[in-house]
Amino acid sequence: MIRFTNISKRYPGGYEALSNISFHMEKGAMAFLTGHSGAGKSTLLKLVALIERSTRGQLFLDDQNVSRISKRRIPYIRRKIGFIFQEHHLLFDRTVFDNVALPLVIAGYRYQDIGRRVRAALDKLGLLNKERLYPITLSGGEQQRVGIARAVVNKPMLLLADEPTGNLDPELSREIMALFSLFNDVGVSVLIASHDIPLIQELDYPVLSLEQGRLANPAGSTDT
Amino acid sequence: MKKRQRQNQRHSQHHWRQQLARMLSPRTFLQRHAQVALESLGRLYRSRVSSLMTAAVIAIALAMPAGLYLLLDNIGRLSGSWDGQASVSVFLKKSVPTATAESLAKRAREWPEVSSVQLVTPEQALAEFSERSGFADVLEKLDENPLPSLLVVMPASDYSNPAAASTLRDRFSQLPETELAQLDLEWVQRLAAILEIARRGILIISCLLALAVLLMIGNTIRLEIQNRREEILVTKLIGATNGFVRRPFLYCGIWYGVLGAVIAWILVETGFLLLSEPVARLAGLYQSDFQLETLPLQLLWVLVFSGMCLGLLGSWLAVGRHLDAIEPS
Repeated sequence: MIRFTNISKRYPGGYEALSNISFHMEKGAMAFLTGHSGAGKSTLLKLVALIERSTRGQLFLDDQNVSRISKRRIPYIRRKIGFIFQEHHLLFDRTVFDNVALPLVIAGYRYQDIGRRVRAALDKLGLLNKERLYPITLSGGEQQRVGIARAVVNKPMLLLADEPTGNLDPELSREIMALFSLFNDVGVSVLIASHDIPLIQELDYPVLSLEQGRLANPAGSTDT
Repeated sequence: MKKRQRQNQRHSQHHWRQQLARMLSPRTFLQRHAQVALESLGRLYRSRVSSLMTAAVIAIALAMPAGLYLLLDNIGRLSGSWDGQASVSVFLKKSVPTATAESLAKRAREWPEVSSVQLVTPEQALAEFSERSGFADVLEKLDENPLPSLLVVMPASDYSNPAAASTLRDRFSQLPETELAQLDLEWVQRLAAILEIARRGILIISCLLALAVLLMIGNTIRLEIQNRREEILVTKLIGATNGFVRRPFLYCGIWYGVLGAVIAWILVETGFLLLSEPVARLAGLYQSDFQLETLPLQLLWVLVFSGMCLGLLGSWLAVGRHLDAIEPS
C-alpha cells in the first residue's frame, strides 16, 4: 500500500526532516508510527498525503509511483485516502451530515447515494442521532468520531491518522483505536501516528519508530 | 489473507469503474452545478444585508450607462421623428402666379423622390406671418404682398438622407420658376454629430464602470476566499480539485452580477417612470405626443447577460490570483 524507498525530505533552509527512509506497508495492514515531536511523524504522513513532496527517493501508493506526480492529479490520489487529524478540521458552519458528506460531494456522488452512505458511516460510529447538529455542540470525542466518519465515508483504501487521540482521555482513546482495528478488519490499510506508547503497546500491531528523521527499526517492514 | 487481498483488489476496481461512470454522467454534472449554484445563492441570502449592499453598488455602476444609453436612444428617436421632416423649402419667383405654382406642386408630387408637397400661397403666408409675428398693423400698411409662393417639399423616406435630399434640392433649384431652394437639414446633421459624441462618451463611461464592477466583484470574492480559507484547505485535503474549489466562488460572482443587473434595471425603470410625466408635459407644450420609452425587456436581458459576464470574469480573476495560493501544508 505504502512503499518508501530512500526518501529524504529537506526543507528550504537546510533542515532535514526525514533522511533516507525505506519501508513497505502492505495492503490491508495496520501500523503505528511513533517518535518524539519533531522526529518527523507529521512530515512522513504529509508525504503520503502528498501535502509535502520528497526531496529524494521514491514513494509508491497502491503500486503507483507518486513521487513526481503532477499537481493536477493529486486530488484523485487523495480521494483514495482518508485523513484523520488531531484537531479534526471539521467545518463549523455545517452540520455533522454535511461535514461527513463532503468527500462524497467532492467525488461527485449522486445525491441519493450520498444520504445513504453518510448515514451508514454515521451509524457505524454511533452518531446517527447527531446528523443535524453542528460540530461545535459535540464533545471532543464525538467531534473526533465525526472526523473519522468523514475519513471513511468514501471507502478509502488507506486511512492516515495524525495523533487521533491527542486530545482524548484514555478511555475514549481506546475506543477510537478499536474503531481503527474494525476498519482494518474489513480490509482498509491504516497508518496511525501517535506518541501514546502505552496504548500502542496494548495493541498488537507493527510499529515504525522515528528518531530524528530516521527509522529506528529499519527492518520494520510491516507484514501482517 | 491472500484471499482477502484479492477481494480488496476486485472491490476497488469495481469501485473505480463505478466512480468513473458517475463522473461521466451529464445528469450528475448538471445536478452538481445546480447544487453549487443554489448553495452560493443560499450563502448570499444568509448574509443578505451585505450581499445586497454589494449588489446595489454594482447596480448603480450598471444603471449609469444603461440609463444614459436609454436617454440617448430617446433623443435619437426624437430627432429621428424629425429626420423625415428634413424638408426642402422652395421659394418661387415673385412673378410666378398662384395657378402655375399649383400646377408645379402637382407635377412635383409625381416625382418618385417626393413624398408630399405643400403649397403656401403668398396670401396664406402673409396671414400666418401677421398672426404669429404681431406685425399685423404694419403689414396692413403695405400696398403689396412682399411674400413669394412657397413649396414645402417632403422627400420620400428613401430620399430623406442628407445626400439624396440635397440632390432633390438641386433638382428644384434648376426649375425656371424657382428663386431659391433650401435644404433644412443642417441642424439635423448637427444634432446627429452631437449624439455621436454623446454615444462615444457613454461608451467610455460604460467601459470605466464595467471595470469598476469587475474590480468590485473581484474584491468581494477575494474577501470571501479569505473568509473561507479553512474550508478551502479542508476540501483540498480530502481530494477537491481546483475546479471544485473554484466553482462556488464563480457562481457567487455570477449571482452578484445578475443581482446587480436586476437592481440596475429597477433603478432605470423607476428613474424613467419619474421622468416620463414631466417629459410628456414638456412635449405637450411643443404640440408633440412624444413619450419617454422605458427599457425594453430585450435590454433587461442584455443587462443581465453583461452582469453575468462581468461577475464571472471578476470572480475568475480573483480566484485565479488567490485560490492557488491556499494549499494545505
